[in-house]
Amino acid sequence: MSFLVLRELKKTYGDFVAVEALSLDVQRGEFISLLGPSGCGKTTTLQMVAGFVEPTGGAILLDGHDLVAMKPSRRGLGVVFQSYALFPHMTAAENVAFGLEMQKVGRAERDERVRNALELVGLGGFAERYPRRMSGGQQQRVALARALVIRPHVLLLDEPLSNLDAKLREEMQIELRQIQRTVGTTTILVTHDQSEAMALSDRIVVMNGGRVEQIAAPQEAYERPATPFVAGFLGKTNELSGTARVEGGETRVVIADGRWASRRPIDGAVIASVRPEKIAFADCAAGRLTGLVKTRIFQGNHWLYRIETLAGQVFVIRQNGGEPMPAENDKVGLTWRPEDMALRAADGRR
Amino acid sequence: MTRNGPLALLYHALFVVFMLAPIVIVCIVAFTPEGYLSLPTHGLSLRWFRTIAQYPEFIRAFWVSIWLGALSSAIALSLSVPAALAIARYRFKGRDALATLFMSPLMIPPVVLGIAFLRFFSLVGLGGTFVGLVLSHVVIVFPFALRLTLASAVGMDRAIEQAAVSLGASDWTVFRRVTLPLILPGLVSGWALAFIQSFDEVTMTVFVAAPGTETLPVRMFLYIQDNIDPLVTSVSASVIALTAIALVALDRLYGLERLLAGRGINEP
Amino acid sequence: MSTPASDNAAPSAWLLSLPALVFFAVIVIVPLIMTVVLSFHDWGEYKGIQPVFILKNWIEIWSDPYFGEMFARTFRIAILVTLITAVFGAPEAYILNRMRAPWRGIFVLVLLGPLLISIVARTLGWALLFGGNSGVVNAALMKLGVISSPIPFMFTETGVIIALAHVLMPFMVLSVWAALQRVDPQIENAAASLGAGHFTTLRRVIFPQIVPGVLSGGIIVFALSASAFATPAIIGGRRLKVAATLAYDEFLNTLNWPLGAAVATLLLVCLVVTIVGANRLIERRYAEVFR
Ligand SMILES: Nc1ncnc2c1ncn2[C@@H]1O[C@H](COP(=O)(O)OP(=O)(O)O)[C@@H](O)[C@H]1O
Ligand SMILES: [Mg+2]
Repeated sequence: MSFLVLRELKKTYGDFVAVEALSLDVQRGEFISLLGPSGCGKTTTLQMVAGFVEPTGGAILLDGHDLVAMKPSRRGLGVVFQSYALFPHMTAAENVAFGLEMQKVGRAERDERVRNALELVGLGGFAERYPRRMSGGQQQRVALARALVIRPHVLLLDEPLSNLDAKLREEMQIELRQIQRTVGTTTILVTHDQSEAMALSDRIVVMNGGRVEQIAAPQEAYERPATPFVAGFLGKTNELSGTARVEGGETRVVIADGRWASRRPIDGAVIASVRPEKIAFADCAAGRLTGLVKTRIFQGNHWLYRIETLAGQVFVIRQNGGEPMPAENDKVGLTWRPEDMALRAADGRR
Repeated sequence: MTRNGPLALLYHALFVVFMLAPIVIVCIVAFTPEGYLSLPTHGLSLRWFRTIAQYPEFIRAFWVSIWLGALSSAIALSLSVPAALAIARYRFKGRDALATLFMSPLMIPPVVLGIAFLRFFSLVGLGGTFVGLVLSHVVIVFPFALRLTLASAVGMDRAIEQAAVSLGASDWTVFRRVTLPLILPGLVSGWALAFIQSFDEVTMTVFVAAPGTETLPVRMFLYIQDNIDPLVTSVSASVIALTAIALVALDRLYGLERLLAGRGINEP
Repeated sequence: MSTPASDNAAPSAWLLSLPALVFFAVIVIVPLIMTVVLSFHDWGEYKGIQPVFILKNWIEIWSDPYFGEMFARTFRIAILVTLITAVFGAPEAYILNRMRAPWRGIFVLVLLGPLLISIVARTLGWALLFGGNSGVVNAALMKLGVISSPIPFMFTETGVIIALAHVLMPFMVLSVWAALQRVDPQIENAAASLGAGHFTTLRRVIFPQIVPGVLSGGIIVFALSASAFATPAIIGGRRLKVAATLAYDEFLNTLNWPLGAAVATLLLVCLVVTIVGANRLIERRYAEVFR
């Protein structure tokens, strides 16, 4: 059995469904992200695990024990809040020591562990500082140390990096991942930033409107999004209408003047979803989707193209490798590997 | 922001004169060397301040007021803290009604409260006692205590307490180690504001106080009813001076406008 | 508010409010009900209070023109005081709001501070200023040539109204000022950039936005002046009675508690009706401004 199990977890406020039948198995040591737009129920889910919101239905099991029946103060989970929620009247060291005091850890051991925790997050010299004398990044680290020092069964992080500026956020992502690897604590991170989720997690849970859209490893969710929502949320994608027909163990896909052979058995009108960076330029041979370059934007390490085709607008991203690239108003052919194309029926069936 | 024109400043000056005139005249007349009410035209004298010492009823009333204010403010505050936490944090049926009830002593004319207390206390055997006085003042100052505790409870990040809970703290520990220290500045100001309100209250107290338990403003009021003389003027000047000191201190500590303007219940 | 702690919010909320609630029930609600009941009891000079249910006191208040006159005076004073504080307090709040850093803080202290100074002391100041016919105010006015013979202030409605307007003025300034602080400071510049003159800006842009402040301040001032006691008692003396001082007399001089209770109950009812009614009216009219 998995370490942490959420089974059919549900939360309603009156008629409003904040979280709908969420099921999730988390392995020991795993780093999971709950990813979705604002208001999709991520925080609510996390708070149900932490015990600050009571589920309307479903179960939460930690190592086989029912968590819902347990008081929040007995759950032994480390929580890092978006606002950090540091105790403003205590120094960094006192903040970190608080949880150990509650566990009645002896003085000597407590000091030792507090020191180690602060070292772990790179704040060795800041033990006696008060939170309001620290930068956002430093406060963030204190909050992390405070949650980790109690050796929590699970670490819960609610948008911990969203109050940091872009550069610091990237640094903290790397550091957070490193710390989590070192300590090995099972972690659930809530975020609305898809790159953060993909950078940090073993698996991501993409949520929308209280429902789970997909649970998968980052790369899988990116390459093979289960729903159009996931495809759109995890980055730019092209959605192209076409038709598919199964013919002798193979599926023939036709998109305007382009043709592909796919292994996916699907018939009738389809939508093909292709990431812009998976599309390559080629000559305008027969059976190739062709189009006219409308705009071309240079973005440093890559080019962004907008191509007008018979199937509609297509975005293409090409690495800037130094070779000559098509110019505006050039006629080009577009190719991609069949496995880079996610197919689904146009009427909404999977 | 544009400047005020000369006309506006003239208006402002007249307004300030109007607001300060009665207070200033009390302070001036209190220093008269004469035996009757008059502006001190031939030098200043402290004789009327010294005379206060010969009127033990003013001294006693002063101490009654001090103890009454301290005690009733403390009681009001300890009742208001849990109520403020409830009102600040929960949305529940009856919340607005509860808030209205707790703020109602501001709306009920103090005469009506005084009459109600007089009747009630004389029936239950607390008539004219210090206990009755304290109970009645708890009512009077409760809205002020509640307003400031509410403001600090509302302003507090809920996640800070949740953090303490997640670290294993019991409800009581959370309150003692986290909530209380964080709302303490609000509590201190709430106590101070409540104390001043209690110290100034006269209308309701006139009904509840008996000769042994008269507060300073009641004593002053009853004295003035009989006769206005330099003695009661110097007592008033002393009260004004004390209040002014408290006021400046409170302004430094908490900000006077925040203290007076906060409505609290429905405004975040 | 963000999230409540849990969903069984109501029980914990009531539990937390319980001490204060019990206190209010016993020390406020019960005595108030007893006062209303008392107003229906009988009283006689020799028999004292008789716990019976009669309408004697209420009929007396209704039929004796003395009470009608007294209540009319009470509310006349309250209305005039409200008007005076609004007319003079609102411009001052506007001026105060336009002041710069050190001055604003100083004058806030000067103008709002008196709120915390003993009412008895402040009223005593007016008694000294009015001082019969030879007071400071009359002397100054005569020297300035505004009047030729002294105006009687002591023991008159004029005196009571002036003193009450002074005592309650801070509430109006505070209330209007609070409304002004919600006004975007750039809005006057915006109006000016659209070609509005200073007076037009005041009338069309600023004034409508402070009306809610004036009204809510007006409610406070009206309620407090209608129930004022110490100021009318000192400045008005023994003859110029208002509701509060009359109730006081019945209780502590005549000892006719039931009649005093009836006067107090009537005052309470009148005020509650006025305040609630005015609040409703304002909220409906200015719902979008108040929010
Ligand atoms: N206490 C509450 N009462 C009613 N609705 C709530 C409450 N808490 C959250 N919600 C609603 O539930 C939805 C999910 O909220 P939340 O979990 O905070 O979203 P997010 O994914 O941004 O963290 C939101 O639409 C929010 O408005
Ligand atoms: Mg959230």
